[in-house]
Amino acid sequence: MTGLRHLALRVAGVIAATLLAGVAGAQTNGAPKPDAAILAKGEYLARAGDCIACHTAPEGRTFAGGRPMPTPFGTLFTSNITPDPETGIGRWTADQFYQMMHTGRSPDGGLLYPAMPFGSYTKVTRADSDAIYAFLMSVPAIRQPNRPHDLKFPYNNRQLILGWRTLFFREGEFKPDPSQSAEWNRGAYLVEGLGHCGMCHTPINALGGNTESQAFQGGLIPMQNWYAPSLTSNREAGVGDWTIEEISDLLRTGVSKRGAVYGPMAEVTYNSLQYLTAEDTRAMAVYLKSLGQETPPPAVSSVPGSESSLLLSLGKTVYDQHCAACHGAQGQGKPPHYPPLADNQSIQMSSAVNAIRMVLNGGYPPGTAGNPRPYGMPPFAQTLSDNEVAAVVTYIRTSWGNRGAAVAAAEANQLRSAPLD
Amino acid sequence: MAERVLACAPCHGAQGEGTRDPYFPRLAGKPSGYLYNQLIAFRNGRRRYPPMNYLLAFLPPEYLKEMADYFASLNPPLPPPSVPAVAEDALNAGRTLVTQGDATRSIPACTSCHGPNLTGMEPGIPGLLGLRPNYISAQLGAWRYGTRTALSPDCMQVVAGHLTEADVTAIAAWLSSRPAPAERRSVPQGTYALPFACGSQPQ
Repeated sequence: MTGLRHLALRVAGVIAATLLAGVAGAQTNGAPKPDAAILAKGEYLARAGDCIACHTAPEGRTFAGGRPMPTPFGTLFTSNITPDPETGIGRWTADQFYQMMHTGRSPDGGLLYPAMPFGSYTKVTRADSDAIYAFLMSVPAIRQPNRPHDLKFPYNNRQLILGWRTLFFREGEFKPDPSQSAEWNRGAYLVEGLGHCGMCHTPINALGGNTESQAFQGGLIPMQNWYAPSLTSNREAGVGDWTIEEISDLLRTGVSKRGAVYGPMAEVTYNSLQYLTAEDTRAMAVYLKSLGQETPPPAVSSVPGSESSLLLSLGKTVYDQHCAACHGAQGQGKPPHYPPLADNQSIQMSSAVNAIRMVLNGGYPPGTAGNPRPYGMPPFAQTLSDNEVAAVVTYIRTSWGNRGAAVAAAEANQLRSAPLD
Repeated sequence: MAERVLACAPCHGAQGEGTRDPYFPRLAGKPSGYLYNQLIAFRNGRRRYPPMNYLLAFLPPEYLKEMADYFASLNPPLPPPSVPAVAEDALNAGRTLVTQGDATRSIPACTSCHGPNLTGMEPGIPGLLGLRPNYISAQLGAWRYGTRTALSPDCMQVVAGHLTEADVTAIAAWLSSRPAPAERRSVPQGTYALPFACGSQPQ
């Protein structure tokens, strides 16, 4: 497949270059045609940056944009990044592309909305930016005008982005830490840069910004109602006590001996991480493991003690009937396909949102090259009442050595209406 | 495979036979091509039902094909027919539309595509038995209003566009009242000729 695909890319590249030469004249005339190695590198890096996930609409043409991105401030529509000269980025130069990645400004000087993760992409090197540019210039040009954003007043005033940038944007390429290994630095570059992991895993404040001092400390993802766990707390998704192999498996295949990816993270593994080399996910694992820190004691239950014990006995009944067949009577699971629930951090986090949602909505880990036929968790929203959901989640969070807090039926009820897309 | 599709069981039954909820359809024995087309449509968001869209969003097409083949291969008994909740003349109107259509209104008989025994045809045309009236009328309604679409030429959209609400109620009542035929499985591709081109059925 790759042979044909690369040939197609090459052909498309020639066509795009010809188009550009016609339209943009001097800008591309005489520019050397990028070689196959650069295009392959650019394609790989575009995967690492997961450009396709946002810049392709459902059933839309690849990279032609138009995917709606709901935000608390209104709906943004992603842009066409194919080399079409009128509606895409066909007239951009490599300089302008780097400028956009590095500073969050489009060639006309306009400020990009920070839904485009330029706060992370600013760390990307010039050489990597050029390779991504060369690759994007080689994909089929699609004529598809960008759809105007639909933002509420006052957020439709782009000048406000200036304020946001002052507060939250720090421009600058990644600076390797000489005291760390080359592998650690490669991992840090991918996680902080193209991977833009901080977009979800760093808490987002009311102004829609991430604060550097809280980097990777986790937070509720606006609009999606999934909790992006902290990557620094070993009580959440901090992987300080995981092996490098377990972390790398999780990132690249979607499943591991310790847990599976789900919710929005399934999309990241499906569209991006499964395509990375084992060396790169390993490097990310080395860096992520180094972030894991000792953390404050577990949260205390807000459910009164007497109520808790009722919840627990109902919870055990529900668990034995619906969960134990796959996850084991002692929550030991059958890894990697049925994740263990005992000693599983994502079950015990102070936020119970994800555990409740998994019970309500179920879910499949992504189908990846390393795990093409995943096992799925049934949704129980139809079968279990709010009380039963709260009971079974409480039971799981407090049994077999788990030290999470109890949850109330009202929390389960609220999450029934959480968006599924 | 049964274990890999346990996530489907709460709504569609462990054997794809359907559950008590009338809006969740039977999957068992429907042609694999039809089931695959639906899985892809849910995965890509063309057919909207958030719990389905969510479950399938990150599954590769080859795996969805395997799931479709699996449910197509099952053959649990059909549920007992529904007791019609409409008057006798509506039921008769339903029978006429299903078996003869109405040429004056450009409505073909359902049987002309879905088969004389309404069991469908491989690989893309589903059987219409074993479904509850609520599900049938919800789907015909979705086609009339354009919220359910299929691959072009989308013959069902054209046909449903000619139906009135009373037609939909009558068709749903009669179809759901039919007893199980001796042979529940879909007939092989090419068993009969279709009256018009259908994007879901290679011809």
